Amino acid sequence: MPEFQPFLITHQPLDPAPLVAYAQAPTDGAVVTFAGVARNHVAGRPTASLSYEAYAEMAVPVLEQIAAEAAERWPIGRIAVHHRVGTLAIGETAVLVVVAAPHRQEAFQAAAYVMDRIKEIAPIWKQEHWADGAAEWRE
Amino acid sequence: MITIQIRLFAAHRDIVGRPELTLAQPAGATLGEVWAHLVVEHPALARYTGRLLFAVNQQFADPTTVLHDGDEVAFIPPVSGGAAVL
Repeated sequence: MPEFQPFLITHQPLDPAPLVAYAQAPTDGAVVTFAGVARNHVAGRPTASLSYEAYAEMAVPVLEQIAAEAAERWPIGRIAVHHRVGTLAIGETAVLVVVAAPHRQEAFQAAAYVMDRIKEIAPIWKQEHWADGAAEWRE
Repeated sequence: MITIQIRLFAAHRDIVGRPELTLAQPAGATLGEVWAHLVVEHPALARYTGRLLFAVNQQFADPTTVLHDGDEVAFIPPVSGGAAVL
């Protein structure tokens, strides 16, 4: 088994179990798992699939930076973030954010913060493939 | 002269038509100057001016950053709209 990587950009389908196992420690009473999932519509327009592209060499250090920012703001434990790239069918998981903390408020807040920051600065882009055949980068 | 590698992603790559460019620039060229050069060659990029992030060698950087020979430059289109705070 390769060593578990807490921050990862991958073409492979995402599974939350290893992230939870990595993050959880005996001192933590809360583990929040957020999954961002490909949905079948955007503002009422049907989507057929989504694709994600990343500047992977930079995205991983940025995910580490975002986790460090969260750890400065809340008393939390470990964080893991895996982001999928490539083409995703509707219902597939695009991103997993797992945050462990002694208490749930901090775990929820830090998980929301990490996800917001990913959408602000992580060099990862989403393209919507509409059901009518057109495609558009989300900006 | 210096030679830099430019990485292009998402809509930028679609506009330019390729994922990477190698560009010769005068010594002392800045990130912002290289972006301006690209916009002249590919006017459809102009709508990203003021909305993109810059990186040099995988680190976020300011448009005033002076480039060096062999640098890898990335012009990062907006990832979810709105201005980012680094």
